[in-house]
Amino acid sequence: MRLTFPHMGNAYIFVGDLLRRLDVEFIVPPKTSTRTIELGVRYAPELACFPLKVTLGNFIEGIEAGADAGIMIGGVGPCRFGYYAETQRRILRQIGYDIPMYILEPPTAHPLKFYRVFKQLCPKKTLRHLWKELRISWKKAVFIEKIEAYALKVRCFEKDLGSTTKAKKRAISLLENAFSETEIEKAFEEGLGLLNQVEKEDRVAPKIGIVGEFFILLEPYVNFDIETILGEMGFYIERSVFLTDWINPGTKAPVTGHSKDEVLNAAAPYLSHFVGGDGRQTIGHSILFIKEGFEGIVHLLPFTCMPELIAKSILPKISYDFDIPFLYLVIDEQTGRAGIQTRIEAFADLVRQRHLKNILPKKDKINWTQKGKIQPVGVNIR
Amino acid sequence: MLGLPRALLYYKYGLLWETFLKNLGIDIVTSPPTSKLIVEMGLDVAESEICMPVKIFYGHVKYLIEKQKVDAVFLPRMVAIEKPAYTCPKFLGLPDMIQAAFPEANIISETFNRKKGLRSYYQSYINLAEKLGAKKWHSIKALLKAEKISYEFSKKLHSGDSFSEAINKVKTKKKDSKIINHNRSNIRVGVAAHSYNIYDEYYSLNLLNKLKSMGATYITPDNVPHNIWAKYSNKLPKFLFWTYERELVGSAFYWIEKGMVDGIIYVMSFACGPDSIVQYVLEDEAKKFGIPMLTIVLDEHSAEAGLITRIEAFIDMLERKKR
Repeated sequence: MRLTFPHMGNAYIFVGDLLRRLDVEFIVPPKTSTRTIELGVRYAPELACFPLKVTLGNFIEGIEAGADAGIMIGGVGPCRFGYYAETQRRILRQIGYDIPMYILEPPTAHPLKFYRVFKQLCPKKTLRHLWKELRISWKKAVFIEKIEAYALKVRCFEKDLGSTTKAKKRAISLLENAFSETEIEKAFEEGLGLLNQVEKEDRVAPKIGIVGEFFILLEPYVNFDIETILGEMGFYIERSVFLTDWINPGTKAPVTGHSKDEVLNAAAPYLSHFVGGDGRQTIGHSILFIKEGFEGIVHLLPFTCMPELIAKSILPKISYDFDIPFLYLVIDEQTGRAGIQTRIEAFADLVRQRHLKNILPKKDKINWTQKGKIQPVGVNIR
Repeated sequence: MLGLPRALLYYKYGLLWETFLKNLGIDIVTSPPTSKLIVEMGLDVAESEICMPVKIFYGHVKYLIEKQKVDAVFLPRMVAIEKPAYTCPKFLGLPDMIQAAFPEANIISETFNRKKGLRSYYQSYINLAEKLGAKKWHSIKALLKAEKISYEFSKKLHSGDSFSEAINKVKTKKKDSKIINHNRSNIRVGVAAHSYNIYDEYYSLNLLNKLKSMGATYITPDNVPHNIWAKYSNKLPKFLFWTYERELVGSAFYWIEKGMVDGIIYVMSFACGPDSIVQYVLEDEAKKFGIPMLTIVLDEHSAEAGLITRIEAFIDMLERKKR
């Protein structure tokens, strides 16, 4: 049995690493491409949300590459994501790939179901093994995302365009190949060093926050790598969603450093009840960004995404109340790169003009000489 | 004056809410049935990508505030009405969305969450009444009356009456009369759709009456009792976590299994989240049983002629299949 699973940005490294440690055979599907999206769009229900289509494409390409089983995260609602695995199993069966789909339900909600799937996948391992291996894989995933988050913050100061991206790629591949715990820690230090060695120059860098739906934020092919575009335009970027923050069971998010309560309390005046998915987090993080002196916020969401649409209905009020510009980018298979590029450029101009008008007090501004302010590591890892 | 928007869950709990509020002695106004003006008002204020029923809801709220000059809008937050499942995410966020769109509006809201237990669910009614200035004893009495009427109403529905018949009977307290069918054909269609989609005559382009005039009898998920649809929807391999979708799927399975329908018409809104997935799952299941299924997607641009053609073709096909 060889498992395959969807990409979701760098999430495949984490899943692949964990499966390797548990001695489960797997095939990583080819990177998300135009073909992936075409395949997904062809077979998925027309009105389903975009992440379903992309991950379906990943599954099909994975099966073509030789996999004969799928693994996917489940959920208990009310976001559609919880029903992806079941829908995709049906679609795959209809187009002739009758493969078993292992659905990992969240262990907090369905401990028994989770355990059963785990036992089916690796009958010889116990939960103790899982916990031991998960801890190391988790560390790796957190480090990878910290490298990513750090790259977002320092990209705006690079001297040669694209040098940060190159360094980040090398740092991540270093981490990807590290196996033992000490190796991972060493690779992380080395990776940070690589990013710090990139030649920098001092310039004015307005801060832009990126919030939105989980999948779209994590998968650079789908969001047209908007973070890199904005970073190379000279903006200091922070992102609200990271994979490890999202699945982290504790209260303090390891990458962004915000606790869950902090985010939810920030959102409470505007959205007091949870709405599934990332709806409340989007609003909470937007407000936190604004309070930290960010001058523009980009909201990314897939077309018809329910929780994000609720957020999007409320965000204009926040934009009005705090006088901060928002850019809403709705993404689906019809979205074109040129359209996104134009809108990002216009938004970037707007934010820069506002910045030059000196709206912010000086202490909130950022430049490379104050690099002590830019911290790659928010919280220590257990 | 308290305004009730005639949209979304009004078509499920409207009778209960109205009776409850009236018995509390509160002056209530219900917005008129959806019209072109209301839809346009909704399109004005609502987020452009959100599903049409929510846009219509915005329209009703705007109409209540601007045209009917209500002091407050009644808008409960229905989180869960049965233990294992949620309603739709949009119902969870609705009061906040409306508040963001109408910052000055006074919204009377209370969270109804059955997941926290039956007692807290009914406590929500009492809390709600407290916000409106009613004493606890009064609200319990009003709630009992309202529950009684809504029970009668659902009983009428389960015995096979259509939604409008049942409402009329409960409101005028008429006795049951045997309905004699004068149908030229005996095509039976199951209309699997949310009540706010099909009972809103303007939005659904009068779909149910069109079916009737074409000589088909129809049955809706409201005619199926809760315990039956809950049982049948649990046949899905993965538990479906939206109550109203469970109702559609469970009812459809029930009709299919009992041979109660010749075909299923699935009415959904463009950009409806749960329906986009459930429609596929149901189609997949209906295929196994050889039951034809027609999916109609409604939005602000849907036109009558197109709908008639499609229903006619579907009914003709069912007739030919039956012959």
